[in-house]
Amino acid sequence: MAHALVAEKHPLDDLIRRDRMPHIWCPGCGIGIVMRCYAQAILESGIPVERHVVVSGIGCTARVPGYMNLDSYHATHGRPVPFAIGLKLAKPELMVTVFSGDGDLAAIGGNHLIHAARRNVDIKIICINNFNYGMTGGQVGPTTPLGAKTTTTPYGNPEHPFNLPYLMAAAGAVFVSRWTALHVRQIKEDILYSFRKPGFTFVEVLAPCPVGFGRPNDIEDGVEEMRIYRRRSRLVYRVPDEMPWEALEVDLREERPIYVGRFVDREREVFQPVRLRS
Amino acid sequence: MKGRGVLTGVHFMHGDHACAEGAIAAGCRFFAGYPITPSTEIAERIAQRFPEVGGVFIQMEDEIASIVAVIGASAAGVRAMTATSGPGFSLMMESVGLAVMMEIPCVIVDVQRGSPSTGLPTLPGQGDVMQARWGSHGDYEIAAYAPWSPQEMFDLTILAFNVADRFRIPVMVMADEVVGHMVERVVIPPEDQIPRWERKRPRYPAGNGFKPFLVEDEDLVPPIVHAGEGYRVHFTGLTHDERGYPDMSAEAHHRLVTRLVEKVRRNASQMIRYDTYALDDAKIAVISYGCTARSARRAVADARRMGIPAGLLRLISLWPFPVDVVRELARQVDVFIVAEMNLGQMICEVERHVCQPVKGVFHAGGAMIPPDPILQAIREVAFHGTRVGGGKASAG
Amino acid sequence: MRVYARQPVNLTQIRIPRGQVFLIPDRCKGCQMCVEFCPQQVLRMSHEMNARGYHYPEIAPGKENACVHCEFCMMVCPEFAIFTIEVDSA
Repeated sequence: MAHALVAEKHPLDDLIRRDRMPHIWCPGCGIGIVMRCYAQAILESGIPVERHVVVSGIGCTARVPGYMNLDSYHATHGRPVPFAIGLKLAKPELMVTVFSGDGDLAAIGGNHLIHAARRNVDIKIICINNFNYGMTGGQVGPTTPLGAKTTTTPYGNPEHPFNLPYLMAAAGAVFVSRWTALHVRQIKEDILYSFRKPGFTFVEVLAPCPVGFGRPNDIEDGVEEMRIYRRRSRLVYRVPDEMPWEALEVDLREERPIYVGRFVDREREVFQPVRLRS
Repeated sequence: MKGRGVLTGVHFMHGDHACAEGAIAAGCRFFAGYPITPSTEIAERIAQRFPEVGGVFIQMEDEIASIVAVIGASAAGVRAMTATSGPGFSLMMESVGLAVMMEIPCVIVDVQRGSPSTGLPTLPGQGDVMQARWGSHGDYEIAAYAPWSPQEMFDLTILAFNVADRFRIPVMVMADEVVGHMVERVVIPPEDQIPRWERKRPRYPAGNGFKPFLVEDEDLVPPIVHAGEGYRVHFTGLTHDERGYPDMSAEAHHRLVTRLVEKVRRNASQMIRYDTYALDDAKIAVISYGCTARSARRAVADARRMGIPAGLLRLISLWPFPVDVVRELARQVDVFIVAEMNLGQMICEVERHVCQPVKGVFHAGGAMIPPDPILQAIREVAFHGTRVGGGKASAG
Repeated sequence: MRVYARQPVNLTQIRIPRGQVFLIPDRCKGCQMCVEFCPQQVLRMSHEMNARGYHYPEIAPGKENACVHCEFCMMVCPEFAIFTIEVDSA
């Protein structure tokens, strides 16, 4: 080919609200990458698009449903999980995916997150973890590393972060995996796997937030953070046999491994409302 | 045993249970709740009965999760309800706004107890009535009904679902501990006599160009589309345009919020409910609601026996407030008395519309206001024969 | 029973796929993910700018036939702004 050609449509344009593109996420932000993986997984899921529903709370990642050409619900901050539970239990044939961020799911939404995992409700969670509250300009979040700078921790974050895979494993999720935004094939695979795995599944994706977390913590831009991912990611197959759960904690400012992979894949009875066998 | 949805017949039924049976009779098949005195018996009854009628009951981790799950279920097309009391009601306020903004119908039962705060968990109060109207943030309108008996716990829950579905709004049933915990005669009609107002559905099939929030009817209610019907609609709490897409312009906001408010005001006549007793030739009008209205009715009857021209206007719909009947009454009567189990809430709404001083009979809660203080107030205004003084004398 | 032993690649039949790069320039925000992670370094940032002032990628000189349609650029692009289609490599 002499040069690149200009195209009218992207192969996945039918699954996104193309009349709303380009989207609002900053250059170098990883959310769009994961949204594309989600769209691709839907395409390959074999489930009619009409039965896919996506729910989010508030935050940068929570704008994903607005761009997905699906039945989409952009609910209130911290509440996508119960909203999704209502949808799923009322209409079980729906494939309900909660697509939201670290703050929305694990801080304000934390209570709902752990209880839904405990109950093992059949909803799929995609959690983009960019280590801060991006939408509001880069405040400290539940996964912000100890000592990291944000607009509300100008002297360094005085708090320990959540280790989300560990939290979800403890709470009862039947499938927990974590990738970085660079692991685009694995993300799509695990979302697809989640669609086929009954119960509460949780896929965490570490994604660059160049403006909110990168800049105050000396990560130049999105590509730089993706290079960090490439350099430091280590695949783990069995936790805690190979690696203690604590090792899964992430601090992008330190030159230490970022453990990725499928950490939990087990069977637990899926939540079913009580039905009397008449 | 596949239970019957509608337990046609005459019952001697607990108020909370009657509320649950009303929901079932109305076709409610999703309930998410959280235990809280004095409404827990509603959830208990639902938990018992739903498996018989194919309903989905789930006890959530808190009241926020409960109301949000209810909105989610309703978005999937199922009639859904939660029940709580003051503290849980407060936790649900943000979600009331979400239901308003997404125009997703739902029913919230508030069995009020002594408030504020933990207050009197096992005793009555009516201190949440303004919160029902203004509890969430911003401009919006809802409907709220105040039952004064187990029979009305049944009837008004059905009405609440009908109004919610017909106008796509959250509707509240503002009961209180007395009405919720008393046991009384409840007549449940045959199934075909249970009124059912359906949700307005789209006239066009799914396809491009369909605008889910475009209003084409006078009633300002857009047809509702549910999850899984292929319309691929976006519902958001953000201000949105007719396609449901976020729109941050002031014009879009004013247009949308005005419509959401007008939608209730323009159709208020279909939502408003009230009852009168000995009001036709009354010169003193007592206004009351819920359990307090039972005492007010007795006080009015006693006053009549003393030859005092008193009458009772019982508010069944607190919101929308029955403005016309109150304004009309203002031309007929010399003085209004408002009896309510709080320190003066609905009285503000009455005063706003009658533009004359109103005498209050208040009690902060914990016990029903007996007939006597209301009768005393009636006699005071009757014998003085003069306009009531400026302030609200409390005879509580 | 499937034979798991590795079979030698038959070079006469195997052919390396070729891709044609397609862009939707107006969606690009110049984040350079595609340029960075293309395994064949097919792309580089161009001097062209889209309506919002972002430079978007172009085929690097000498890389006209380097694209092997691995689709990594499409998968790593946050903007749905680039993809490739396989072309016959004759």
